[in-house]
Amino acid sequence: MADVIKTATRDAYGKALVELGQKNDKVVVLDADLAKATKTIAFKKEFPDRFFDTGIAECNMMGVAAGLATTGYTVFASSFAMFAAGRAFEQIRNSIGYTHLNVKIGATHAGISVGEDGASHQCCEDIALMRTIPGMIVINPADDVEARLAVLAAAEIDGPVYLRFGRLATPRLFGDDYKFEIGKGVELKAGTDVTIIATGLMVNEALIAAETLAADGINARVINMATIKPIDKDIVIKAAKETGVIVTAEEHSVIGGLGSAVADVVCEECPVPVLRVGVEDEYGASGPAVEMLKIYGLTADNIVAKAKAAVALKK
Amino acid sequence: MDAAAKKQLKIKANKVRHGIIEGVYNAKSGHPGGSLSIADVMTYLYFSEMNVDPKNPKWEGRDRLVLSKGHTAPALYAALALKGFFPFEELKMLRKPGSMLQGHPSMKLTPGVDMSTGSLGQGISAACGMALGAKLSGAEFRVYAVLGDGEIQEGQVWEAAMYASAKGLDNLVAVIDNNNLQIDGTVSHVNSPYPIPEKFKSFGWNVIEICGDNFDEIDAAFNAARSFVGKPTAIIAKTLKGKGVSFMEDNCDWHGTAPNQEQYEKALAELDEELAKLEQM
Repeated sequence: MADVIKTATRDAYGKALVELGQKNDKVVVLDADLAKATKTIAFKKEFPDRFFDTGIAECNMMGVAAGLATTGYTVFASSFAMFAAGRAFEQIRNSIGYTHLNVKIGATHAGISVGEDGASHQCCEDIALMRTIPGMIVINPADDVEARLAVLAAAEIDGPVYLRFGRLATPRLFGDDYKFEIGKGVELKAGTDVTIIATGLMVNEALIAAETLAADGINARVINMATIKPIDKDIVIKAAKETGVIVTAEEHSVIGGLGSAVADVVCEECPVPVLRVGVEDEYGASGPAVEMLKIYGLTADNIVAKAKAAVALKK
Repeated sequence: MDAAAKKQLKIKANKVRHGIIEGVYNAKSGHPGGSLSIADVMTYLYFSEMNVDPKNPKWEGRDRLVLSKGHTAPALYAALALKGFFPFEELKMLRKPGSMLQGHPSMKLTPGVDMSTGSLGQGISAACGMALGAKLSGAEFRVYAVLGDGEIQEGQVWEAAMYASAKGLDNLVAVIDNNNLQIDGTVSHVNSPYPIPEKFKSFGWNVIEICGDNFDEIDAAFNAARSFVGKPTAIIAKTLKGKGVSFMEDNCDWHGTAPNQEQYEKALAELDEELAKLEQM
């Protein structure tokens, strides 16, 4: 595995913004004093006239983004997930969501993998918050290839999109031929015994888990669900019908995130057990990112355990 | 401003007040007090200051208005109706199911509404974004934000105030409707924002203080703002909550209460009487 490329999705975000900026002079980028961390600094260097730093004032930044969008710009507003979805929730809801303005919220440093900065910065609630906003699209890419494609796709949509990126460098999963479509889950591995539906950095863990399960004679299907809203109902229902049990995996609270979104579909359309891997109802803490992911159960091992428990329910 | 123009503005403002009372009475809810206090400024904006086209509400070159104190939508709707964006009769549909006239302004539903507002403190930020958009694209349009004096208790207002001056948004004017009343009492008693002019000055704004029901002063302030270069302008307008309807004046109980039929008829009679006087001038 020495040749595995590891890149943080935030890096792909910064690069994709530059790519967009070259194609479209109506793309502008806002940040709230975190350009070096969110990687919007790449856009700032290339297009200083179209980059605006609002300073440490995320609520105002969201309003400014909305106002700019009314004048014909495609606006990317960036901060950490905690301060974008968290602090500025109501500004996003009222000034960007209710107005359905062309603003993309580029939220980096989502989840436990923020690491050493600890609980105040480890946002595990953002998917839950954003997916309750009518008309909001919520995307959590699994690697840098998908992150780039998600940014480009979001720019093509006339309306609000929440893009969730991570700080931690994670393995590249997809090749140049990978096709990304908003609202479509992607089956990465076929399987008949259980379906693992994962998002973000948990997709890699899901693929590792599937290999372990195979060794134990369990044939797991793996689905990458980058778009959490609108969720790909068809692929979820198909999985429920064909494999009978589902395990979800996300770097987010088990309350309100991917697990809840999948359960919403399954409960109404094809009730089968759904077991969730995610951050339990608790706060994060300081420590190296990889270690914290282990402590909070965001691992292939935990997916394996849940998958086995799910399969046992079928008997 | 000559006498004839002033007379016409006073007549329009009286009609805006009529529209406010009609709307709030028919809705049986809404915010008459702060709508009436800002009626003269709203009238001036739509009938003297702003370059807008009722036949083409989304015209890219138009001046923009953000009613940051969104609860006073009846004043905005009455001014828009009088300007010709939609029929005056529509005001009677205020706050009713399926109406284009929501309790707080919606840019998706109402022709002429440039930004959805209602959650206090947010409109001024959107106005900054619009002004920034004009600067970025080299467009000539100007942006007006109307705020309440209670609203400026919201921290976001000061985030926006800092940003507007830092970016030199001299195409932006914020009007503060200083009627000194909010729901729970006087603004000075609830959580004093005073001294308001000094606060905006310290945030780097050009500040003008006026009587908000005096068209000469309103006219002079907006003209001064237009020629001021390098900074946004804050116009602090001293106003009277409920202005024009005697029993609503300077009484915070009329912040968010609709008149009953008797009160409605009395309010209209007072406004009719004033209109007759104005037309005879």
